[in-house]
Amino acid sequence: MNQMNIEFSSKSANESFARIVVAAFMAGMNPTMEEVSDVKTAVSEAVTNAIIHGYSKEEGMIRLSIRIIEDEIEIQIDDEGVGIEDLNMAMTPLYTSRPDLERSGMGFAFMQAFMDELDVTSEAGKGTHIFMKKRIGYEGSLLPQFHNLKEEV
Amino acid sequence: MLFLMWCVRRCTFQITVVRKEMNMNMNEEFQIIQSCLMIRMPKEVDHHHAVRLKNTADKYIEGKDLSHVIFDFEQTEFMDSSGIGVIMGRYKKITTLGGKVMAIHVNDRVRRIFRISGLHKIIKIVEE
Repeated sequence: MNQMNIEFSSKSANESFARIVVAAFMAGMNPTMEEVSDVKTAVSEAVTNAIIHGYSKEEGMIRLSIRIIEDEIEIQIDDEGVGIEDLNMAMTPLYTSRPDLERSGMGFAFMQAFMDELDVTSEAGKGTHIFMKKRIGYEGSLLPQFHNLKEEV
Repeated sequence: MLFLMWCVRRCTFQITVVRKEMNMNMNEEFQIIQSCLMIRMPKEVDHHHAVRLKNTADKYIEGKDLSHVIFDFEQTEFMDSSGIGVIMGRYKKITTLGGKVMAIHVNDRVRRIFRISGLHKIIKIVEE
């Protein structure tokens, strides 16, 4: 097992920083370009959520923890922002609480599509915790029809 | 139907003209060529870059008499759902004015994002 933790400010410039960190950390897993891009996209969505929703009023810290266990990467993204009141509503594709920012409402749908597992816990006023997991090295070889299905979502 | 085909043909023709003219100044992020607004998307299309991109694009769309918007993804290596927001927002604006939105130089990564979000159903991807 290999693991790391970092904390950074909820500035939009740090979105690319978080993506670079995860890409660098998973390099040892020998992933394909597509796998790296998928994980980067999922991380980008989660970090963006923390910045524009969690800490929309005041800046705070975002914690990114990554664990690599054999061929699986586990990513945890935590904030102590405003939290999500209605999680089901928030996870509905195309729903956005920030139409003013022209968000597409696809954030959680993207995390779901690009990772194998997604678990979100949140409490209003306390913050949001996102856990994601993906198996690396099976893209294309295992159940190719399943990957096609995912793309049709 | 015939009219639609004519429109698509006209747009593709315009793109070839636009491409030729583009070679002259490659560095401009926003360019108006004939009545098309050409937006060269950045290397990384995320929320951080999306805000600036949207504001500048809207200034062009609102201030000038534009008929179409073309997103050029030649330089783009990364895009998340913020990019969908940018394209959808411009799509809504330009279609109410009677225009079209197209995407060129769409690589595998951007295509995947388009497919997962369903954007490929409303935005025409012009192939090489």
